Amino acid sequence: MRARARAVITALGALGLTLTGAASARAVDIGGFAQVNYAARISGAPCGAAGPCDFLLGEERLQLKLEGTSEQGRSGFAAKVDLFQDAVENRAGVEVREAFVNLTGKHAALRVGRQIVTWGAGDLVFVNDVFPKDWAALFTGRPMEYLKVGSGALKVDLHPGAFDAEIVVLPIFQPDRFPTANRFILPDPFPPGLPRLEEQKDRSLANAELAGRISHYLSDWGLSLYACRTFFRTPAMAVDDPAAPSSVHIFYPRLNTYGVSATGSFMGGVASFEGGYLDSREDRHGTNPAIENSMLKGLAGYSYPLWRDATLGLQGYLERTLDYGAYRATLPAGFPARDERRWLATVRLTQLMWNQTLTGSLFAFWGVTDHDGYLIPSARYAATDNVLVEIGGNVFVARDSHTMFGALDRNDNVYATVRYSF
Amino acid sequence: MRLACLVCLTGLLTGAAPAQPPAAEIEKRSLDSFYAAGRDMRVRVSMVLTNQQGGERKRELTMLRKNMGSVGDQRYYMYFHAPPDVRGTTFLIWKYPIKDDDRWIFIPAIKLVRRIAASDRRSSFVGSDFTYEDVSGRDVTDETHSLLRSEALDGRPCYVLESRPVGSADYARRTSWIDTERWIPLKEEYFDSHGRSIRVYTADRVEEIGGHWTVTHRTMRNLQTGQRTEVTFQDVSYDQGLPDNLFMERALREPPASVR
Repeated sequence: MRARARAVITALGALGLTLTGAASARAVDIGGFAQVNYAARISGAPCGAAGPCDFLLGEERLQLKLEGTSEQGRSGFAAKVDLFQDAVENRAGVEVREAFVNLTGKHAALRVGRQIVTWGAGDLVFVNDVFPKDWAALFTGRPMEYLKVGSGALKVDLHPGAFDAEIVVLPIFQPDRFPTANRFILPDPFPPGLPRLEEQKDRSLANAELAGRISHYLSDWGLSLYACRTFFRTPAMAVDDPAAPSSVHIFYPRLNTYGVSATGSFMGGVASFEGGYLDSREDRHGTNPAIENSMLKGLAGYSYPLWRDATLGLQGYLERTLDYGAYRATLPAGFPARDERRWLATVRLTQLMWNQTLTGSLFAFWGVTDHDGYLIPSARYAATDNVLVEIGGNVFVARDSHTMFGALDRNDNVYATVRYSF
Repeated sequence: MRLACLVCLTGLLTGAAPAQPPAAEIEKRSLDSFYAAGRDMRVRVSMVLTNQQGGERKRELTMLRKNMGSVGDQRYYMYFHAPPDVRGTTFLIWKYPIKDDDRWIFIPAIKLVRRIAASDRRSSFVGSDFTYEDVSGRDVTDETHSLLRSEALDGRPCYVLESRPVGSADYARRTSWIDTERWIPLKEEYFDSHGRSIRVYTADRVEEIGGHWTVTHRTMRNLQTGQRTEVTFQDVSYDQGLPDNLFMERALREPPASVR
């Protein structure tokens, strides 16, 4: 693994030198950071030879970022590559976060390669952002950028005049990254010991994902329409034989999404709205209990400056399961039923201090109908222009273990991040 | 008594002298020259924030400004070069003469454009001693103005104005020294309600660029914290015909090569 890391560094160096030479008139920008990131469970854990123990995360990471544009600015590239040592899983590795090439014209731009795309108006609540995410990163206090995962994609931006359009093609499916049992203590609804068989999607054209967005400004309100042909990135799970199960099948059903969003100024703050319809293509009648039903999602948010350098953000979110009767009728006995309407509220309070070098923040999810919650208190201090120190926590509150945050109830943790940027 | 009357009379005569424009007009011309020179402007800005202990923090950004149709209607685009953890962050302000600004920030690490609530123009700009208002200007009607006197400052003839905020603000009054020929403020001193000096701005270097007098080095001292911020303007250009689409959300996401 070390030899691999060395090879990557050598290759990156060579790439940098080559590109510096190629784009002689415009220097290639080289940057990145070195980072140490630890998270420890404070709720106690059944430490054993395998499985989770107190440390959820213990890693050192070096990110190298190279960026360059051609003389006329018509083309460019960017690459962000992480080298990491993960002490919890005792492994070292390479992660290509981003690596893409840009071509820019007067009314269109093309970006091809591994890239991060973010859509929608929510704050940690996603309605129309269908792109891959790493939820385990969020729950272990890794820096926010690690919530988003790069995808190999082709992105076309069109801006003919009155509106902007964005088309993203994702040729190869990538699921979200969820907490796994090697770090997290998680409940398992299936009988113990059953092997998991995860679906590996064919790398066929038929499985390519397609996402489109059209945006327009009406006065100072930003409006967007979205449509995606994709898959659920949250796995569906089913046993092979309900009478005598021998394995659990993990798969990612087809999904179409359609949505809208609007963001603008309102009463001295910023208001945002987002709505979405999820068409569960493989369970349109809601009769397959393993697959999510079609649903409607709605989000309303408002952020407001409370006093100097302090901002309060509030969000209300509603998720309505369609064909709820069919869902209830086919739900296997013993499985807890979800509510037809799931309400969620969030609060974010942010205060900047010490000439904006210290940021205190509290983000709280409140599952109104699930009776659960998730708190993220944090303090981030820019000790110098290069050194950033963050400490914080992930605290889960729950009544039942089958709800979103309830499943994580035994994983309350504190985390610390120290980063040197260059 | 006779002396007092003479002072009154002199004051009246000075106030009525045709050579001196009304205070609000002086302030208006000053704001126009300082914050709205040309049709557009491009500048590389270096900020050095120095605290009481001498510790320094640096900010580097490219700032573009475009004056839109009506007076006070402006758009600002900023691309941050440093410090390293904010490199590539872009910032957009649509500034209006009477209502709150619209502000957007783009965070490159997660490719996220976020609209930010912006009702307080008196809050610090990127942690410096300059406020958003110091960077993008205020409206002449935000304060009432009176002409105190005319005097020379560092060899330059100046109008000395006193301005008081109309609404609530973090200062009770401001005294400014405005160059009578170049119309730019050479010094401003802010006072609290007890009459204590709390912030002092000085124009340390003034150059004529593209026919516009430009403060290319300025300092804001915070007398309460002992911190100061020095700002240097480099590569200043005016009237380059910056297109409107540079000041749209798309340019936040995809900063043009010319600003990087």
